[in-house]
Amino acid sequence: MGRFLAGRLAATLPVMGVVAVIVFLLLRLAPGDPAAILAGDAASPEQIAAIRARLGLDQPILTQFLSWLGRLLQGDLGSSIISNQPVAKLILERIEPTLALATTTIVFAVLVAVPLGVLAAWWHGTWVDRAVMAVSVLGFSVPVFVLGYLLIFGFAMQLRLLPVQGYVSITEGLWPFLSRLILPTLTLSVIYIALIARTTRSSVLEVLGEDYIRTARAKGIGETQVLWRHALRNAAVPVISVIGLGIALLISGVVVTESVFNLPGLGRLTVDSVLARDYPVIQGVILLFSALYVVINLAIDLSYLLFDPRIRY
Amino acid sequence: MNTTACILHTLRHESRDAAMGKRFMHNAIGGTVIGTGLLATLGLAVLASVGAPGPAMAQAKPVTIRAVMHSGLRITDPIITTAYIARNHGYMIYDTLFATDASFKVQPQMVKEYSVSDDTLIYTFTLRDGLKFHDGAPVTSADCIASLRRWGKRDSMGQKLMEYTASLDAVDDRTFTLKLKQPYGLVLTSLGKPSSNVPFIMPKRIAETPADKNVPEEIGSGPFRFVKGEFQPGLKVVYEKNPDYVPRSEASSWTSGAKVVKVDRVEWLNIPDYQTAVNALINGEIDYIEQPPHDFLPILKAAPGIQIINYNTLGVSGMLRMNWLNPPFDNEKIRQAALLAVNQQDYLDAQIGDPDYMVPCLAMFVCNTPNATDAGAPKTDLARAKQLLKEGGYDGKPIVVMQPTDLAIVAPLGPVTAQALRKIGMNVDLQSMDWQTLVGRRAKQDPVDQGGWNIFHTTWVNADMLNPVSNVGINARGKKGGFFGWAEDAEIETMRNAYALETDPGKQVAIAKAVQERAYAVGMYYPTGQFISPLAAGPKLKGILEAPAPVFWNIEKK
Repeated sequence: MGRFLAGRLAATLPVMGVVAVIVFLLLRLAPGDPAAILAGDAASPEQIAAIRARLGLDQPILTQFLSWLGRLLQGDLGSSIISNQPVAKLILERIEPTLALATTTIVFAVLVAVPLGVLAAWWHGTWVDRAVMAVSVLGFSVPVFVLGYLLIFGFAMQLRLLPVQGYVSITEGLWPFLSRLILPTLTLSVIYIALIARTTRSSVLEVLGEDYIRTARAKGIGETQVLWRHALRNAAVPVISVIGLGIALLISGVVVTESVFNLPGLGRLTVDSVLARDYPVIQGVILLFSALYVVINLAIDLSYLLFDPRIRY
Repeated sequence: MNTTACILHTLRHESRDAAMGKRFMHNAIGGTVIGTGLLATLGLAVLASVGAPGPAMAQAKPVTIRAVMHSGLRITDPIITTAYIARNHGYMIYDTLFATDASFKVQPQMVKEYSVSDDTLIYTFTLRDGLKFHDGAPVTSADCIASLRRWGKRDSMGQKLMEYTASLDAVDDRTFTLKLKQPYGLVLTSLGKPSSNVPFIMPKRIAETPADKNVPEEIGSGPFRFVKGEFQPGLKVVYEKNPDYVPRSEASSWTSGAKVVKVDRVEWLNIPDYQTAVNALINGEIDYIEQPPHDFLPILKAAPGIQIINYNTLGVSGMLRMNWLNPPFDNEKIRQAALLAVNQQDYLDAQIGDPDYMVPCLAMFVCNTPNATDAGAPKTDLARAKQLLKEGGYDGKPIVVMQPTDLAIVAPLGPVTAQALRKIGMNVDLQSMDWQTLVGRRAKQDPVDQGGWNIFHTTWVNADMLNPVSNVGINARGKKGGFFGWAEDAEIETMRNAYALETDPGKQVAIAKAVQERAYAVGMYYPTGQFISPLAAGPKLKGILEAPAPVFWNIEKK
């Protein structure tokens, strides 16, 4: 187990190294010039060239990469070309709304989707199953922004129960914090409810057909025990994989939801930085995302141990 | 029990348990699902009922204006960039020596009094009493001189002024002089220019920052103070009232006169989705949208209490710019053909749509201003355009028109140009891209097949376009300091210099007219029309001023 953990954590470094090189090269090959953006509309070519030189963008790509890598190895992600703020500070400012939204969304989605999936599996082939699947298809099909606007229209504009937009830290009060997360959570969780419910249904269906379920029943164990102790636990592995991937996706960018509800999260930071060709910020954010993916995948693998005793590392 | 009996027993057991299980599941799982939904609904209802008052009813203290500006503030230095959001930020925290009023007259602002020597070569300025920076230091002559020098390295009018400036000298802490090499007609116009780059006054230690590097601190002497601790680049900027600011006694007029702050705080928020911003305004969560897209104005007009205010009646202009370095627009006849192919009304219809906000105008120096004229303006003539195309020897090579699809106000212009040029037989390659890709590519002077371009469009706040020196589209210095497209014309440059040196306003108007005639004749650019972008304000705001930039002094929030 210890060796497994150490090996997986050590594998993080080459993964992030490869990501760093690819991101760095892709950004330099993409069209656009941060110096021209900084210089503004009335700038002369000389002024743009002077800014490019000051930023070191006139240096060969290898020199630029080594310079960035050197700072990175010292824990310095650099500073934004545009705002001149440290990249680490910009990321830290944006990570709280992203984590808050990811947490509420995944918790709400699991609370709703797992029972729905089990229900559909248990009543497989009945109208309940078909209704759950129809709702799942709808959840996949409705664009996030359409649902977001509809919820805003209903709950914020008509009923005036909730605010339209914005984010308030939990340190400023529970209600201000929650009130701004309810609509984005509902909007975003629909697709995850659909995904998790379908996975749960197929997984539980498969397990319910296994010999050990029949054996359990033959031993006289009640249906509740069969379902919770034998079926759900064995069906959990694929469900956990989907939930884990969902968390990673939620953290690494829900730009549309963040835009519709004006949440200052990492998704918007990424898109804004790409549009402004703010290389250090894009590099920092992508590195963070790649590290998160590795860690979340590791956590998913470790969580299998809790549900399936046959798995050993 | 034999095997058959065992199986039968098991099946009966399964059957019975299945029935029980279904009942259990019906009650337990179904109940869980319904319960979860109910809990969520109840949770919402309880939180809504016992929570704090809804956002629409909330009244924040201190009195705060929440405004959604046209863009997020990322660069806080209004000298290093011409971005209008940085200029607007400048008006919040800095002050200016002079300012332009609504009748286009330059008025003293930080300056108490000034004098001009008989030979018009020496301007002497004395600062008002009690001017203080936000760090508590008094504003001195040394601060003004350092600020003007830095501005003079970046701004086109500043560069021109510095070309003719022999020296800037402090006489004492509150008096300084500007000595000219020869009489220059735009000294006060330059110092009082209302739009980018505005000569804002900073402390000397900050103004000594290299002119291509962002200032390290946001310290001014203006009516608001920048709250650094709450600044989130691209997301949120907070300003608080500067209690030490001493407003002038004259009435406010554009950016001149009294700057009386009537609220405690102003927060600029960047809401990227305008539908969300409009909903937030109607819901009372924000107070002000600087530039709601014209498509949203009918919704806002129909919403109770929302005010639509044409605060900047000078408006904005669109510009079609050709690249003089690349064929076919290196040929004057082809440029003239293009100008005869296009029709301004088509651009305004595509871009704005609502006649209430369109201002058809072919005056390069803006309609309803001292230099306004229609001299030399082309009238659409497709037959003549085709003839000029033939005379110019257009070989049918594709014309690359860059279209920024992410900039709603500019995006419609490219297709209109493409269609007009196709009508006269030009082969157009309309290339869609994001604005920042366009910004990077338009700086390239390479041939088209090596990443260059032929045409792009942009928009300008008209306060930037009022005369031949400030209007960058008229800059005819080519590759040596010209605007993208690098138009080069010695005659225009001579006239621009003459305009700058002319001290008689009447003669300046005549020169401006001649410049425009020449600019149209050689195809410097085509104005795609003027338009007004009104702001939208909530019912609580009163006293929003007319100005060439959005200003927040004089606004009350009831």
